[in-house]
Amino acid sequence: MKILVPVKRVVDYNVKIRVKPDGSGVELANVKMSMNPFDEISVEEALRLKEAGKAEEVVVVSIGPAKAEETLRTALAMGADRAILVETDDTVEPLAVAKILKGVVEAENPGLVIVGKQAIDDDANQTGQMLAALLGWAQGTFASKVEIGADKATVTREVDGGLQTIDIKLPAVVTTDLRLNEPRYASLPNIMKAKKKPLDKKTPADFNVSTAARLKVLKTEEPEGRKAGVKVKSVAELVEKLKTEAGVL
Amino acid sequence: MHFGLTEEQEMIVSTVRNFVETEIYPHENEVERTGIVPKEIGQEIKRKSQELGFFACNFPQEVGGAGLDNLTFTLVERELGRASMGLAAYFGRPSGILMGCNDEQRERYLIPAVKGDRFDALAMTEPDAGSDVRGMKCFAKKDGDDWIVNGTKHFISHADIADFVIVFIATGEEQTPKGPKKLITCFLVDRGTPGFEIREGYSSVSHRGYHNCILNFTDCRLPSAQILGELHKGFDLANEWLYGTRLTVAASCVGRARRVFDYAVSYAAERKQFGKPIGANQGVSFKLADMITEIDAADFLTLHGAWRLDQKLPANREIASAKLYASEMLARVTDEAIQIYGGMGLMDDLPLARFWRDARVERIWDGTSEIQRHIISRDLLRPFGA
Ligand SMILES: Cc1cc2nc3c(=O)[nH]c(=O)nc-3n(C[C@H](O)[C@H](O)[C@H](O)COP(=O)(O)OP(=O)(O)OC[C@H]3O[C@@H](n4cnc5c(N)ncnc54)[C@H](O)[C@@H]3O)c2cc1C
Ligand SMILES: Cc1cc2nc3c(=O)[nH]c(=O)nc-3n(C[C@H](O)[C@H](O)[C@H](O)COP(=O)(O)OP(=O)(O)OC[C@H]3O[C@@H](n4cnc5c(N)ncnc54)[C@H](O)[C@@H]3O)c2cc1C
Repeated sequence: MKILVPVKRVVDYNVKIRVKPDGSGVELANVKMSMNPFDEISVEEALRLKEAGKAEEVVVVSIGPAKAEETLRTALAMGADRAILVETDDTVEPLAVAKILKGVVEAENPGLVIVGKQAIDDDANQTGQMLAALLGWAQGTFASKVEIGADKATVTREVDGGLQTIDIKLPAVVTTDLRLNEPRYASLPNIMKAKKKPLDKKTPADFNVSTAARLKVLKTEEPEGRKAGVKVKSVAELVEKLKTEAGVL
Repeated sequence: MHFGLTEEQEMIVSTVRNFVETEIYPHENEVERTGIVPKEIGQEIKRKSQELGFFACNFPQEVGGAGLDNLTFTLVERELGRASMGLAAYFGRPSGILMGCNDEQRERYLIPAVKGDRFDALAMTEPDAGSDVRGMKCFAKKDGDDWIVNGTKHFISHADIADFVIVFIATGEEQTPKGPKKLITCFLVDRGTPGFEIREGYSSVSHRGYHNCILNFTDCRLPSAQILGELHKGFDLANEWLYGTRLTVAASCVGRARRVFDYAVSYAAERKQFGKPIGANQGVSFKLADMITEIDAADFLTLHGAWRLDQKLPANREIASAKLYASEMLARVTDEAIQIYGGMGLMDDLPLARFWRDARVERIWDGTSEIQRHIISRDLLRPFGA
């Protein structure tokens, strides 16, 4: 089986996000960029499945600017076998990403696609689900455990009420949650090998997908800062305030 | 001229940074408080470094290392320099001088050191011979095919956890126009050799958890097979293989200074007095400007020295400049960082005071600042016969 893992280049999770003064978006100039943390978890899961003999090849794909090649190299340094860069300078919305990924899936024929449940930049949480729908495949979202059987996968999902375990038919799309695994560091030998691993370059046009925007960003603004708390003298006062001021009781 | 790192170097830097932040930082407070690196934690760092192929990455591939060039290894040292030295010691950088092993010694010392099975320390300094290493009193007298050693070494880093020590010992004297000159030989000495004792050293203000030891030799018998390199040629061997170790001091100073700087900038931006961030005063913000300028300068000097080594260009003066400047820069940067923190900078609750204490030794070991200036000035004036 081949596993396809999409990886996105996003602002590093340690960076304190700043809004551009004109409100047109988030400041990206001179900001550290890294692989979306959920995608690192996806790469790790794919590598573990390969190491367990459940897969033969791990292919990573990124849709984004030329610089996204660095993100792919990081995935190759973690141990992925091959990379595909679908190059575009446009901001690609989840539906267009899903359509391009569908094209990649049709060309590569993977048995499993492991996608991060969301990217930490737009937090859309849509790509995996849309891809499964476009392909007509089964989906197991928010996975905290994945087991691969003969022609099915058993996925433990993190849902509001706790954990839900489902069996899905392969091929399938799985989206990863935070507790699925702890991604590895790139090892030194793999870092040295990463450059020599194949990296194919494509464009959205190769898959007949338009990346034109369908959404319009009206304004980007900072969330309001947290207000200082208040101290209450008694439980009675607390209950009173929860009822009258907070309106939660 | 090209100042960028290769993609591999970028990834190596980010992996080591990540490793240091995740595997080492969380243990630092305990090591600082107790002065001890718990054995399990040291072994865990070693195991993970081995797994990632970083252990002994400064050694060539044919002996089991990763074959990093000097520049890339300097980048690794820079990132490790951010972390507590007692803990980072377990990341594994055996002394490069082990490349001087003969075939038989390779199996007993070099290969086990690269594999992490045997840990090394290196001893030159004596109570009466610091900067003036050649003035050493530790002496080996020939007895048949053996050598009988007497003397004392001190300040020997991490000999407490070493399985063997690379020791420089006087083996004779030659007459020169400038007077008699000691002949120095390098020996490999196993822990447990009769007449060889590794004793606890002094308690130091810098780098808690990274211990220095005293070595005593009392009629210690060493076979000639323990000689590393050639008889009387110890310093030639040191010049060949230890030439670049001052760069590792410079690099770790740069790494630590960058860590300290991040603290200073964020505090200057967040701490409010008189109704505004303290960084809004030039008295504070200009400190930051000077700090980053000096850090970048030290970084460039250091990487340039490493690059010259890789290009096989003369680098003695450049490396001395890097070591001198980076260690003195770190002293200023850690001091100013404390100033920016005000009273809190001095308290054990924050790591600032530790960075400041740790910085102090960097101007002393691997050649004091004065000795580096001596090297630099001799290099400048010798061509004029002055
Ligand atoms: C924590 C620690 C760990 C160490 N680890 C090791 C180790 O693992 N192995 C090892 O062999 N050594 C080690 N050393 C020793 C270190 O290299 C020496 O401390 C250093 O070389 C200086 O020697 P010294 O301390 O005897 O000072 P001295 O040489 O006595 O110097 C005292 C002062 O005189 C100055 N001075 C001396 N000569 C001159 C001159 N010609 N011109 C101008 N000024 C001069 C010096 O700069 C210094 O300011 C360690 C030291 C420390 C503190
Ligand atoms: C060991 C110790 C004992 C102490 N004992 C006492 C005590 O007994 N009683 C007591 O009342 N206090 C005591 N103090 C507090 C001491 O007086 C304060 O630490 C000192 O006034 C500085 O305040 P701060 O530490 O809050 O630093 P901050 O005021 O936050 O200053 C942080 C940095 O900003 C700079 N800065 C602030 N404002 C400006 C400005 N307008 N322009 C330029 N730079 C500025 C400062 O110079 C400093 O570099 C003690 C402190 C220590 C460390």
